[in-house]
Amino acid sequence: MNALEIAARVRSGERSAVSVTEEALTAIAARNGELNVFVHVEGESALERAAAVDAAVAAGRDPGILAGVPVGLKDNLCQTGVPTTCGSRILSGWRPPYTATAVERLLAAGAVPVGKTNMDEFAMGSSTETSAYGPTRNPLNPTRVPGGSSGGSAAAVAAGMVPVALGSDTGGSIRQPAALCGLVGIKPTYGLVSRYGLVAFASSLDQIGPLARSVADAAASLEAIAGHDPRDSTSLPGPAPALIAHLDQGVAGRRIGIVRELVEGADPEVVAAVAGAAEVLAAAGATLSEVSIPELRLGLSAYYLIAPAEASSNLARYDGVRFGLRVAGSDITEMYVATRTAGFGAEVKRRIMLGTYALSAGYYDAYYGQALKVRTVMIEAFERAYASADLLLGATAPSEAFALGAKVSDPMAMYLSDVFTIPTNLSGHAAISVPFGSGASGLPLGVQLLGPARSEERLVAAAAVVEAGRGVPGA
Amino acid sequence: MVVGLEVHTELLTASKMFCSCANAFGAEPNTQVCPVCLGLPGSLPVLNARAVELAVAIGTALHSRVGASTFHRKNYFYPDMPKDFQISQYDRPINEGGYLDLSDGSRVGIVRAHLEEDTGKSTHLGGTGRMHDAERSLVDYNRAGVPLVEIVSEPDMRSPEQARLYVAELRAILIATGASDGRMEEGSLRVDANVSVRLPGAPLGTRCEIKNLNSLRSLQRAVAYEAERQIELILAGGQVRQETRHWDEGSGETSTMRVKEEAEDYRYFREPDLTDLVPDPAMIARIRDGLGPMPAQRRAALASLARGAVVPGDVLDAVVGAGLDGFVEAAVARDVEATVALSRAANELAGLDGPGQVRPDAFAEVLAREAAGTLSATQAKAVLAELVRGGGEVAEIVERRGFAPMNADDLSGTVSQAVAEHPDEWARYRAGEDKLAQFFVGVVMKATRGRANGQQVLAELESRR
Repeated sequence: MNALEIAARVRSGERSAVSVTEEALTAIAARNGELNVFVHVEGESALERAAAVDAAVAAGRDPGILAGVPVGLKDNLCQTGVPTTCGSRILSGWRPPYTATAVERLLAAGAVPVGKTNMDEFAMGSSTETSAYGPTRNPLNPTRVPGGSSGGSAAAVAAGMVPVALGSDTGGSIRQPAALCGLVGIKPTYGLVSRYGLVAFASSLDQIGPLARSVADAAASLEAIAGHDPRDSTSLPGPAPALIAHLDQGVAGRRIGIVRELVEGADPEVVAAVAGAAEVLAAAGATLSEVSIPELRLGLSAYYLIAPAEASSNLARYDGVRFGLRVAGSDITEMYVATRTAGFGAEVKRRIMLGTYALSAGYYDAYYGQALKVRTVMIEAFERAYASADLLLGATAPSEAFALGAKVSDPMAMYLSDVFTIPTNLSGHAAISVPFGSGASGLPLGVQLLGPARSEERLVAAAAVVEAGRGVPGA
Repeated sequence: MVVGLEVHTELLTASKMFCSCANAFGAEPNTQVCPVCLGLPGSLPVLNARAVELAVAIGTALHSRVGASTFHRKNYFYPDMPKDFQISQYDRPINEGGYLDLSDGSRVGIVRAHLEEDTGKSTHLGGTGRMHDAERSLVDYNRAGVPLVEIVSEPDMRSPEQARLYVAELRAILIATGASDGRMEEGSLRVDANVSVRLPGAPLGTRCEIKNLNSLRSLQRAVAYEAERQIELILAGGQVRQETRHWDEGSGETSTMRVKEEAEDYRYFREPDLTDLVPDPAMIARIRDGLGPMPAQRRAALASLARGAVVPGDVLDAVVGAGLDGFVEAAVARDVEATVALSRAANELAGLDGPGQVRPDAFAEVLAREAAGTLSATQAKAVLAELVRGGGEVAEIVERRGFAPMNADDLSGTVSQAVAEHPDEWARYRAGEDKLAQFFVGVVMKATRGRANGQQVLAELESRR
């Protein structure tokens, strides 16, 4: 059942939030062993919260637009007292003493968090295979990856354990797993959702967003968590956008550009899916045109300097002094080295080294400094494109879900799975992935709609059109 | 000798630089902490607007260009730094350039005065008290995230005395602007000195940075010692090595802490969790207009009250430093000599506890009575001390303590009685033994429990001689 249907029934008293939560916990118990979706299930507190939602309904109060909706939280989102590991050994056993703003807002909307979902370690990966707690499997085909880094959140929704989960997107970590699991995933405009309580990977790129089975559920969830937060200095001013109200606005008269660089190199089925989605949008009254933004080809290189550079600094605090893992050493330096050697996995170490190098004296200008310039160039290129297009269209990922182990030993191949999603993180703009078409093995594919800053209202409207048209011939 | 100074001052804000934890000295360790200042995963900094205002006040007082700035991360591992990076300002500080005029008439250039956060405080147990050989190290994060302004001078100073004057003047300015309490002993004002030597006119020599300077006296001694050390080294054919040195107050020597080769690469980059800091021009104007005269102007104004009489510089420093200008002005308005008012304010009000409860008009009243001879020096001191402790009215204190002058008849009667009781002494006094005058003053004082005015007693004795 979808989130908004559950909420409607709970709010009307037709269903109890407790029974919905019990169902979710049962579904998790049934497949978590096989799929490794949740790294921590918060059953007891979820049932307590569900009971409180039911009590509110019984007392005539409205618990909110997500009343009684079970949600999964990516394991880099803090919730007071609930283990938060970021898929890393270095945070094993750490329980944050505070709750992330996005989670607080979910709770305020009546949602019921049922646990923490698996992820690539510190969100560094595209397959959920770098987690210290083992890989997550794709519920649609357990020999395949669910994508990543929010693979646990995607699998939780795809497996029917929860109707909605929150993920975080630094280079595609919501949209790519959404595509690979047949879900809707939104990377909001940078600053639309507060990052307070999101364990940082790359601060200038990270955004929290929803994964859901429908555009409406994703829109409702984003509307619940968005809006200004004084605890995040990069938070945009103003309240959350009215996304639900815009769901049925359609695309009549919209100018949509199909971006050559966001399709090139993709599997033929992916190329066909983008063309099919374009047809659906055109049939609904949008004006489609082909555009080229060559600067987007620079995105991957710039991203793999900027994100690791920020990560090398953000992850310095995992030093064994105050929290998390500590491995003893004969002096402070040995303790640091022993702790971080044991606590971080190979991909995290690789990126810390990459970022440290990119920021080093003598290399800063050639690497990090250059990447910042590329980022500026890319933002300008996007802005030129948006001068003549309301939205852009492309693929989310170059292929359908790939096999477990297929790319884990080849970092470049893994990095390339985010080539279409990374530019939006660098520009700080918004994008949404919607299921459309299927790959050679019959697994779902996703198409990506991109828009300028704060274009979420028109993005969800267009995504709803694509969603409604995915059954038409050619799709 | 060439000296440049880096001064760190903690700002007198209610809360820390990036969170709402209290900024207060002396609390139980690790009680003024939260997810933000502990650098817990997922926490984010939010800039304290008051810290910005105080930084603007400092920049304005130092004649700096105050403008748009950015924050950077300074990355290095140290247990007292919760995030293992410090949020600081790098290539665009809030205050650039400026100068400071010292009380000896010299001018020292200011490079910059930028905002940054303080670290926690480490205590190393066992060994020499340094981390590398400690048995245990304890960290108190109450200080972590306390707002700081770092003021960097040009290498414009040429003597230990000038270095001391610079810090004294800067300290007075920081107190006058309300930015700092200026307490070096509590570490809220910290000084690092860069010292080098050269032959006159030669290019700058290799410098050493001296740390652990906890008082003006340490600063002056350490700079003198370090310059001497470098000169001796060079004369002996050696070369100065660029390094950070630790001042030991006990031995009066500096020793190597770390050499330049080991210096870390801080990998500065823009702090992505903070936006550009663009101070509102209206705020800058409001702070500039509200600053009032700076210590140099105030010293000049006070010195001019003395109408050419020489006032020692340390007296002016003490009065201005303690904010006692109004006390001196009130006394001078009552025709008290400015030199007297200044030295009394410096000596009796500017002590550790400050002027306490005393009001400027009461201070002036005491000094005026003393000048008129109706209070003795001892009595005036006692009244002032009581005013400092508990405030109140001068007339009431004088009355209660029996300091009101005796009338002439009472005094005359008491003197007569003293003479009658000590005929032998009186005879010797009359015969020319002058020192017995003090004996009679003592007898009269004892009889009147100190109410008599010594000068009047002497006059009475003389008139009867």
